[in-house]
Amino acid sequence: MRNPLNPAVVGIKPSGIRKFFDIVHEMKDAISLGVGEPDFATPYHIREEGIYSLEQSKTHYTGNAGLPELRKEITNFLNRRYGLSYDPMKETLVTVGGSEAIDLAIRAMVCPGDEVIIPQPCYVSYEPCVILTQGIPVTICLKEEDEFRLTAKDLRAAITDKTKILVLPFPNNPTGAVMTADDLKEIAEICVEKDLIVLSDEIYSELTYGMKHVSIASFPGMRERTIVINGFSKGHAMTGWRLGYACGPEEIIRQMTKIHQFAIMCAPTMSQYAAIEAMKNGDEDVAMMRDSYDKRRRFVVHELRDMGLPCFEPYGAFYVFPCIREFGMTSEEFATKLLMEQKVAIVPGTAFGDCGEGFLRISYAYSLENLKKALGRLRVFTEQHRKND
Amino acid sequence: MGLDTRILESLDKNAKLTAAELAVMLGESEAAVTAEIRRMEEELIICGYPTLIDWDKTEKHCVTAMIEVKVTPQRGKGFDEIAERIYQFEEVEAVYLMSGGFDLCVMLKGTSLKSVAEFVSGKLAPMESVLSTATHFVLKKYKEHGLPLVTRTEDERMLITP
Repeated sequence: MRNPLNPAVVGIKPSGIRKFFDIVHEMKDAISLGVGEPDFATPYHIREEGIYSLEQSKTHYTGNAGLPELRKEITNFLNRRYGLSYDPMKETLVTVGGSEAIDLAIRAMVCPGDEVIIPQPCYVSYEPCVILTQGIPVTICLKEEDEFRLTAKDLRAAITDKTKILVLPFPNNPTGAVMTADDLKEIAEICVEKDLIVLSDEIYSELTYGMKHVSIASFPGMRERTIVINGFSKGHAMTGWRLGYACGPEEIIRQMTKIHQFAIMCAPTMSQYAAIEAMKNGDEDVAMMRDSYDKRRRFVVHELRDMGLPCFEPYGAFYVFPCIREFGMTSEEFATKLLMEQKVAIVPGTAFGDCGEGFLRISYAYSLENLKKALGRLRVFTEQHRKND
Repeated sequence: MGLDTRILESLDKNAKLTAAELAVMLGESEAAVTAEIRRMEEELIICGYPTLIDWDKTEKHCVTAMIEVKVTPQRGKGFDEIAERIYQFEEVEAVYLMSGGFDLCVMLKGTSLKSVAEFVSGKLAPMESVLSTATHFVLKKYKEHGLPLVTRTEDERMLITP
């Protein structure tokens, strides 16, 4: 029989997190600090709107780009929160999670041989999506001394005459880093100068602490060269509804919609109805959840520093990214040993790119009791392994 | 939002938080948090730290009743004096002045139906200003103080996700 597979797909490394997932799965009584989703259930008034849509027999397809009312509410939201203005009918596409929007944007824009700059550590999907389009992923290693922000210097060094797209994943999973308006201004100037398109993954935009999220699309000359990707999963605690969106220049959105139309048809209808409610009446829920994450964030950073694990203060998402280099183990060795000895599951930084080596991603989307228990065990582990040196 | 409100909102959900923990979580000094809590205790903004217990799951028998009470308000004192006469009884859990069809809502905790009945017929109804009472027994408590008593929400997330 002939080989049924596409070598480009076979060649893609399975997600680093997958390997660790399999080990954790064997351990029934492990406690985890390893999830990348909110611990809150979707606020009830939003769930109730989804239920109501089912009662009303809203069980059909919607238009490819999503319900017009939802698109209008999305653009209202982006305007009210980040000062962005998009045409709901021509510049907005509702997708199956932010992940689909990432895939569509890359497929709509990247040609074979195009270079796509990906600052790492970052979410796991950008690189494989680029490889599938035969583009060339170019990694920038974000550094701890820059608090894992993308610097103008590092960006300039990575640009060649083949560079087409910059992926900008902030607030960042796994580091919790955010880009300030000053940081973004410099990046924006380079993008205009070098004629780069920016794929700005802002899925954690509602979860920033002590400072408001700024979108790179709001800088001069950037709107026409930025695809803003966002969604409902993180801020509104709606991961299971699988709903995200992309906003950007009309022609790019039109081509993305074409792929979406053939591959997906439309995002789930009941999720879209629930999301309208989230956009209209969800700001207070988000503020409540943000406040709750912020308390836990301070607690976790304090505990980690107190047990001697250095970590920069993260101002976004729900992750802390402590350094474990002093133990002389790789991130994966550390995480595996911690799991075996103390039954705590924490994702090694390398699951998010090689530059995550020497770090762990600790999620604080857990109850305070769970955080206390897990960090207590981590403390014991660090004390034992320091002594043995 | 002021420090006082931020402390209260945290304690409202979890009174076990120590001043040191609150200080870390709110990004304030422990001394400031301690001083603020003490002030609020003195000013009776914080009136106590009771525990939310579902007695139904214990061996102790417990009956809760809600009594609608119609009363005659007194000149110059309104409802306050009669409310105070009622709330002094130890079995009274809560007293609220209500709008609508009756005046005072009295929440009563007793050990049996009989003890509640004795309180109503022996103590509450004979008071001069009390015109009438209507007693409703609580059959099952589902939620109190914003927390569901019946079910525990398990963490259904996968242990590891990107």
